[in-house]
Amino acid sequence: MSVSRFRHRGRARRVTPVAAGLAFALVLAGCGGTTQDSANDADEGGDEPAAEANPDADYETGLSIAMLPKSVNNPYFEASSEGAEAVTTELEGEYEYTGPSDASASSQVSYINTLSQQATDVVLLSANDPNALCSSLDQARTGETVVVTFDSDVDAACRDAFVSQVDGDEVGLALIEMAAEQIGGSGQVAILSATANATNQNAWIEVIQEQVDTNPDYADIELTGVVYGDDEDEKSFQETQGLLQANPDLDAIISPTTVGIAAAARYISSSQYKGKVALTGLGTPNQMREFVKDGTVTEFALWDPTALGELAAYTGAAIASGIITGAEGETFTAGDLGEYTIGADGVVVLGPPTRFNADNIDDFDF
Amino acid sequence: MSADTLTGRGAGRFRLQRFATWDVAIILATLAVIVIAAATVEHFGTSRNAGFLVLDLAPILLLALPMTLIIATGEIDLSVASIVGLTSSAMGVMWNNGVPLETIMPLCVLIGAILGAVNGLFVTALGLPSLAVTIGTLALYRGLAYVLLGDTAVADFPRQFTGWAIGNIGATSIPNVLIPMIVIAGLFAAVLHAMPVGRAIFATGSNPVAAAFAGIAVGPLKFWLFVVSGAVAGLVGVFWTLRYSSARADNATGLELTVVAAVLLGGVSIFGGTGTLPGVLAGVVLLTSLQNALRLASVSSEALTVVTGSLLIVSVLAPNVLVGVRTSMQRRRRRTRSPSPT
Repeated sequence: MSVSRFRHRGRARRVTPVAAGLAFALVLAGCGGTTQDSANDADEGGDEPAAEANPDADYETGLSIAMLPKSVNNPYFEASSEGAEAVTTELEGEYEYTGPSDASASSQVSYINTLSQQATDVVLLSANDPNALCSSLDQARTGETVVVTFDSDVDAACRDAFVSQVDGDEVGLALIEMAAEQIGGSGQVAILSATANATNQNAWIEVIQEQVDTNPDYADIELTGVVYGDDEDEKSFQETQGLLQANPDLDAIISPTTVGIAAAARYISSSQYKGKVALTGLGTPNQMREFVKDGTVTEFALWDPTALGELAAYTGAAIASGIITGAEGETFTAGDLGEYTIGADGVVVLGPPTRFNADNIDDFDF
Repeated sequence: MSADTLTGRGAGRFRLQRFATWDVAIILATLAVIVIAAATVEHFGTSRNAGFLVLDLAPILLLALPMTLIIATGEIDLSVASIVGLTSSAMGVMWNNGVPLETIMPLCVLIGAILGAVNGLFVTALGLPSLAVTIGTLALYRGLAYVLLGDTAVADFPRQFTGWAIGNIGATSIPNVLIPMIVIAGLFAAVLHAMPVGRAIFATGSNPVAAAFAGIAVGPLKFWLFVVSGAVAGLVGVFWTLRYSSARADNATGLELTVVAAVLLGGVSIFGGTGTLPGVLAGVVLLTSLQNALRLASVSSEALTVVTGSLLIVSVLAPNVLVGVRTSMQRRRRRTRSPSPT
């Protein structure tokens, strides 16, 4: 053993000048290479094929439509899939729900490649990364596959349209409105968010803050602070507990995350605060049903993922049928959902979030 | 045949035994899967699919090469996928700070080598079990990757590089990465099967104490294998980032298990001492082409995971069963032969 260790040290010493030489060579190679600045200058924008839209055309029948979620075995996407499948059946098409079991961008690439090889007409995609999928999406689209993203978008140049669950501002507005209704328009409100750098949550919190500061309807509402449960059940539970103990006068908690609101509801339902502190936010009906039934929660909101899947399928089918091309200002009818207009960058917005309360919660299963 | 008659029966049986082993079986199984899939699964036999297949198996294959050598010495390196993630993150950070890509790429390989050296030092200088050490660095390196890039992704790598990673040679449908891959695989095969180092690796895996007494520097050998493993993982980090045009901390998460599965499927003993690189290459191809074919046949990803898991169990079980059957047969033969030796 001691012999081998001795030899080892001898070799390590010999390596040092080699490493130094290599580092020197790297510095030399560094001069005049491809850097972020030089690459950005050479970058050119994507080119869109200028196809003509025919708004009077009918939906084609027999389209093959595939949904590729962030990952399978996720109740949220299964609900979206139900919606898309219903639309496909209505259009007498072929439907497939496929995807990786882990939510990583690289595993989605293989599935996109597979779908484009199968010459699928429409791919409905919730992307795990805005850029990593672009090259395989480009390949799919040269093969005449229509790519519609929903729930989570990719770079606008890599897809035909994006079906957004909701307008960012609408969520914030709905959240503060529900909280204000439940506490009679005045009192202290705190927020239990996901992580401190969660893009969606921070955008909604900003809207809430702005409304509290400027909207006269919420003049008597005070926003006491934001705590972060990191979208972990246990941490959200503890943060709720801490929040209520630190602010004895708190009237309402808004939790704009499904993990947070479920954990907070579990804490409040078994504590002295039940019925005294209002809880609202974004949650799924299945998670929140028992807390609505036992009176812990009066009303909360979320977009309806089934309707989202339906709208995505209609959008994809409309593009594949030539009714629209995905350009701004075009309109199409999405079955029972009604008429939709394509916004800037090919974005279609589903509409304001759906609110769930004791009256309607049993109509939803996701 | 003629060689058998020349060297006598004993040598003939020895050769037959050497070749009627798991790695031959796995090579035949791989060919069978490819032929059957090409005949039955639509789109599988196309040149386009072959291109996708090569891109999908490139990272697994590259990582499997040093992994084979390490497992053959009786150690394991579970941190490889995390090194891929960390070098990918480092690549993103350096790119954001204006470092030229020509410098970043060799630096990433160097970073990988250093991370591998850390594993190697823990295993050889401190004498810790590599399973424990690399489970630790699996978490540590992945954590550092998140420290560097967080939840963000760096995606503005230039087209000429990302295009090369997924592109083909000229107008053919042969992916650019295929030739470097074959060269690297050839190098590893030469080292393992045609050089003294290869014999030292197998000797170390069979019996490290005896190997040390035979003059093999067991510690340095293992140390350098970990360094090589790290460097290759750094290279894969570069390829992965360019292929998906996205430097992310979660790149290649969980890939180490696929790599180990492929190596074991290829007939390398998890206890060290035996295994061949052609077997491992076949294992990699079998695993990825089976997944590719099943996906094309619209088999759900749950079923896919079940198939991969079952294959791994079979790969660990079957060689042992084979060995068991063979030794019992030999024993029986010896018993029947012993009264009248030929």
